[in-house]
Amino acid sequence: MRYSIISVLSQGLRGQKGWTRAWRDAEPRPQYDVVIVGGGGHGLATAYYLAKEHGISNIAVLEKSYIGSGNVGRNTTIIRSNYLHPANARFYEWSLKLWEGLEQDLNYNVMVSQRGVLNLFHSDGQRDAFARRGNAMRLNDIDAGLLDEAEVRRLLPYLDFDNARFPIRGGLLQPRGGTVRHDAVAWGYARGADRRGVDIIQNCEVTGIRIERGRVAGVETNRGFIRAGKVALCCAGNSSQVATMAGLRLPIESHVMQAFVTESVKPLVDMVVTFGAGHFYISQSNRGGLVFGGDIDGYNSYAQRGNLPTVEAVMESAMALMPGLGRLRVLRQWGGLMDMSMDGSPIIGLTPVEGIYLNAGWCYGGFKATPASGWCFAWTIARNQPHELNAPFRLDRFASGHVIDEKGAGAQPNLH
Amino acid sequence: MRIHCPYCGERGVEEYSYRGDATVRRPDANGPDALERFVEYLHLRDNPAGSHQEFWQHLHGCRAWLVVQRDVRTHAIESVIAASRRVAR
Repeated sequence: MRYSIISVLSQGLRGQKGWTRAWRDAEPRPQYDVVIVGGGGHGLATAYYLAKEHGISNIAVLEKSYIGSGNVGRNTTIIRSNYLHPANARFYEWSLKLWEGLEQDLNYNVMVSQRGVLNLFHSDGQRDAFARRGNAMRLNDIDAGLLDEAEVRRLLPYLDFDNARFPIRGGLLQPRGGTVRHDAVAWGYARGADRRGVDIIQNCEVTGIRIERGRVAGVETNRGFIRAGKVALCCAGNSSQVATMAGLRLPIESHVMQAFVTESVKPLVDMVVTFGAGHFYISQSNRGGLVFGGDIDGYNSYAQRGNLPTVEAVMESAMALMPGLGRLRVLRQWGGLMDMSMDGSPIIGLTPVEGIYLNAGWCYGGFKATPASGWCFAWTIARNQPHELNAPFRLDRFASGHVIDEKGAGAQPNLH
Repeated sequence: MRIHCPYCGERGVEEYSYRGDATVRRPDANGPDALERFVEYLHLRDNPAGSHQEFWQHLHGCRAWLVVQRDVRTHAIESVIAASRRVAR
């Protein structure tokens, strides 16, 4: 069913009884051209763009749980492209451009809200660094503006500008950044892929990858063997586990990251604000809850839950930035698994095993990348070579020395 | 998460600094395949979903380096020894 004002009105007159399910609950077939392992945002986007851009529709997306159960439903919904490094800037800007047209493309309301992303700075040195980043962004045709303290005061009067340790001196604004309803992204891509013939198979866990004469033959699952011409791995958080099935050892550690949401309040924070003196970012959901998070906990974890010292650090940052937050109660707190790569940048490309393609290492920046990740990965799978946009994110860059280390932290995953 | 330091006793995780996978070993720089081995040493990790051997430093305590065996699915600590006591393989 195509969604439109007419469908909304006619369903309103019929008591909302005629809505059909958005995608089929498919059963696995014995053979596919492409099997995508992982039904998160990136896997579903990959299936969608394979079908839409490359005419390949004999595809299965295998999800071990239900659609939306992983990181696509656990992130803080922020989109932006305020990167310094040219490879990152080009890739994330393409993602932002795809976000801008996504609702029309998918015929699905994913609530793209370009409310602006403001990175605050707290010292002269940080102002210089942010000015440099803003200039780099503008050289890459990305919108950026440097705001002084008075301008930030006008926008966000409730911040603690005169904090004794971290006074707010201004901010770098990307007006086109913002937020997107995260699980609607999964649903929209799932529906779009399904309408083009893709089988989305839930509760189907891959338990092995069969390789015959150096080439992939298919995947073993808890619902039987599925033969596949190509296998695409899209399971950030568990990438190392799945890659091991194909004999690959990845430059990735799995870490836990926590996020928080408060009780609902009236409209208060009308943009995405990040604290420059710690790692903290906050926005307000359409339901009214303030959504925020901080750093990863910093140690290997597959637990999908974190520890209290990180909670304390996030709350301290919150209070240093916006003291009024102390009057709110935190309703929920949760953790997600991060594929922390060795240089802080993702991996999208070919692998040493013929027919296996890898999309991994998203650190905690995977959500905003969803459209471009799927778009580039679909290109890579269909043509058996990376697109210009994802060519720098190749797996063998670690061996050749072409790492993309935006923060300059070195090969220490917990520092990115 | 609380880690039992062999010198200081049980302390909260906030006193410690995580120093990563303790199973990787620095390769011989003069070996014939040194370049390949160093790429593996620096970048590649087993990243198991289960028992994980890792370095922690008791940074805000006695500053000793520890080797901790920990289940990364539950965060349960299985054993802690001082890194200096680990028998070289």
